[in-house]
Amino acid sequence: MGGSENRSRRGPLLVLPAAAYLVVFFVLPLVLVLVISFVERGRAGGVRTPLVPTIAYYIRLFDPLYIGIFLNSVRIALLVTGVCVLTGYPLGVFIGRAPVRLRGSLMMLVMIPFWTNFLVRTYAMKQLLAAEGGVNGLLLGIGLIQEPLSLIFNEFSVVLGLVYGYLPFAVLPMYASIEKFDLNLMEAASDLGANLRRAFLRIMLPLTLPGVVAAVVLVFVPVVGAFITPDIMGGGKVEMIGTLINRQFGVARNWPFGSAMSLTLMLMVVVGVLYYFRTSDEGARPL
Amino acid sequence: MSGGIAVELRGATKVFGEVTALNAVSLQIRDGEFFSLLGPSGCGKTTSLRLIAGFELPTEGEVLIGGQPMGATPAHQRPVNTVFQNYALFPHMTVFENVAFGLEMRHVPKSEIGKHVSDALDMVRLPGLEKRRPKQLSGGQQQRVALARALVNRPKVLLLDEPLGALDLKLRKAMQLELKSLQDRVGITFIYVTHDQEEALTMSDRIAVMNYGLVLQVGTPHEIYERPASRFVADFIGETNLIAGEVASVTAEAIEVKLPGGERIKASLIPRAAVGQAVTLAVRPERVRLEPDPSVGGFNRLEAEVFEVVFNGATTSILLRLPDGQVLIVRQPTVGTMRTAPPEKGQRVRLGWPVEASSLFMEKVEAQAVPV
Repeated sequence: MGGSENRSRRGPLLVLPAAAYLVVFFVLPLVLVLVISFVERGRAGGVRTPLVPTIAYYIRLFDPLYIGIFLNSVRIALLVTGVCVLTGYPLGVFIGRAPVRLRGSLMMLVMIPFWTNFLVRTYAMKQLLAAEGGVNGLLLGIGLIQEPLSLIFNEFSVVLGLVYGYLPFAVLPMYASIEKFDLNLMEAASDLGANLRRAFLRIMLPLTLPGVVAAVVLVFVPVVGAFITPDIMGGGKVEMIGTLINRQFGVARNWPFGSAMSLTLMLMVVVGVLYYFRTSDEGARPL
Repeated sequence: MSGGIAVELRGATKVFGEVTALNAVSLQIRDGEFFSLLGPSGCGKTTSLRLIAGFELPTEGEVLIGGQPMGATPAHQRPVNTVFQNYALFPHMTVFENVAFGLEMRHVPKSEIGKHVSDALDMVRLPGLEKRRPKQLSGGQQQRVALARALVNRPKVLLLDEPLGALDLKLRKAMQLELKSLQDRVGITFIYVTHDQEEALTMSDRIAVMNYGLVLQVGTPHEIYERPASRFVADFIGETNLIAGEVASVTAEAIEVKLPGGERIKASLIPRAAVGQAVTLAVRPERVRLEPDPSVGGFNRLEAEVFEVVFNGATTSILLRLPDGQVLIVRQPTVGTMRTAPPEKGQRVRLGWPVEASSLFMEKVEAQAVPV
C-alpha cells in the first residue's frame, strides 16, 4: 500500500526531464514567436520596447503579393512531393525486390548523398547547372546545343534542387512499406484475373499506402518552408515562403512579420497534415 | 467433358539460372481428376504448378489447358485458380471482399456477386464471417476462405499448393477428407502439390511422384504403393524395407537374389537382370510375417534377431537384424493377428513374406539409416 502510494507520488517527478526539455526547446520558443508576432517591430530588428501590441502583421499577410507567394510555395511543394513520390516509389520497389544481401547496400547508396552537407550539395548542383557548368559543357561539347541553356535561377532548378535534396525522405518510408509487402499477394491477384494495373491499384497501393502517406508528409512539410534551396538555386528570382521569412529576419529586419508568417505557415501545415492523415487513413481501410 | 484432358504438360522444362527445376516433364491430367504432384522439396512439383498457373513460363515445352496451348498467356487470363500455400489472402479486405475479388475482376454484375460469394462460403462451410478480416480468422478458417476465393470463379482447374501444410495434424486429416468430398461435389479438376505421401495416398485419384525435376511414376495410389517403379518411389511412398543383394540366378518365372549373408530369396522378374548384378529388394513392413506357417508355399523365409520393439498404438513395429547386419522392420496390428505375445529384444525369430510382395530394383542400396 505504502509502496504503491510512494510510486504514484514519484510518477510526476519522472516526467520532469522530458517536460523540462519540451518547455525549453519547444513551448518557450513557440510562445516567443507568438508574442513577437503580435507586437510592433523595432527599428534595427527585434521588437519595439516597451511592447506595443498589434495585429497589423497578420492583416498584412492578406496582401495579394504574399498570398501569391504562399500559393506559389504550396504549388512548388506539391510538385516536388509528386515528383519525389512518383520516382521514389519505383525506386523503393526496385530496392525492396532486390536480393536481401543487396538491399542494405542499395539503401546506403540512397543515403550517402544525404550525409554530405546540404549546402555543399546544393552549391554543387548549382555549379552543374550554371551557364558554364557541367551539363551545358557536356551538351555544347557533343554539339547538341550551340548556346548554353539557362538551367539555373528559375523554377526548374529550384524544383530539381528540392527533389534532389528530399528524395531520400520519400524513398525511406515507402521502401519500408514495400519491403514488408508480400509479393505473393500480387500473384494471388493476377490468379484471380487482375492485370498488373488493377492488381497494383487494388492490392499493392492500398497495402503500401502508409509509406506513401509518410513520404508525402516528410517531403511536403520541409519543402513548403524551404529557404536554402530556393535561395541558392533560384538566385532570388523564385520566391517561396521560406525565403520570404528568412528575409524578414535578415535583410528586412522585420521580426514580427517573419513570426506571423512562420506561425501561419505552421498552422496551415498542421491543419493540412491532420486532414490528410484522416482522409488517407480512411482510404487505407475501405468499407 | 469427362474423359477429356484438363491439363497437359508436353516436355515442359524450366531452368532457373544454373538449376533445372523441371526437366522435360510430360503429364496428362484428366477432367474431373484429383491429381497429386508428390515429391520432396525441390523436386519440381511447385514449379509445375506455377507453369500451369502462368506465374512462370516454360523454358522449353508447352502447357495446355483444356486442349488450348497456353503459350505466354498471362496468369490473369488463364481458366485456373490457385489456393496458395500461405493462403495469400488480402489483409486489407474482408472475407466477402476477398471472395468477391475474382468475380469483380471478371466483371460479374454487382447484383450477382453477393449470391455467388455466400454460395461459395456455404460450400466451404464458413457462413456468417463475411465482415471479418483474414487476421481475425483461425488458420483453418483462412484456409477455407482461400478455397472459397478460388472456387467462386468456377475455374476449369483448381491448383492447390500444399494448402494444408500450415494446419495442425488433426485439422489436416479432417480437411483432407473434406477437400476430397468437396472435389467430388464440384467436379472440378484438382491438381494438388504435396510432399506428404500419406496425404497424396488419401486424396488422389492419381499421383505423379517427382524428384530432381523428373516424373518418376504416374499411377493410382494403389499402383504406386504396391508396384513402385523405382527404389526412390518405394522408399518415398510409405515405409519400406530395402534389402541389398545380388542376382544369383534367373529362371523363367522368378529371380533368385543372394544376400550378403548367403541367404537366398526370390522376387518377380525384372527386365535386364543378369547374374551377379547388384540389386535392391523392397518389401513393405506390413507384408512381412513373423513365424509364418511353414506349410504355405511361395514365401521368402529368413531368420533374424529382434533388436527393438516399438509400440505405435494400433500397430507394433519389430526391428530385426539379419545375420549380414541389414535392418528389417516388421509392422503388425497390435491386437489380433499376432498369434503370440510380441517377441522380445535379442530373441531369434523366423520371418517371411510372399514372393509377389517384393519389388526388385537394379540399384544398390546406400547405407541405410536405422528407422525407429
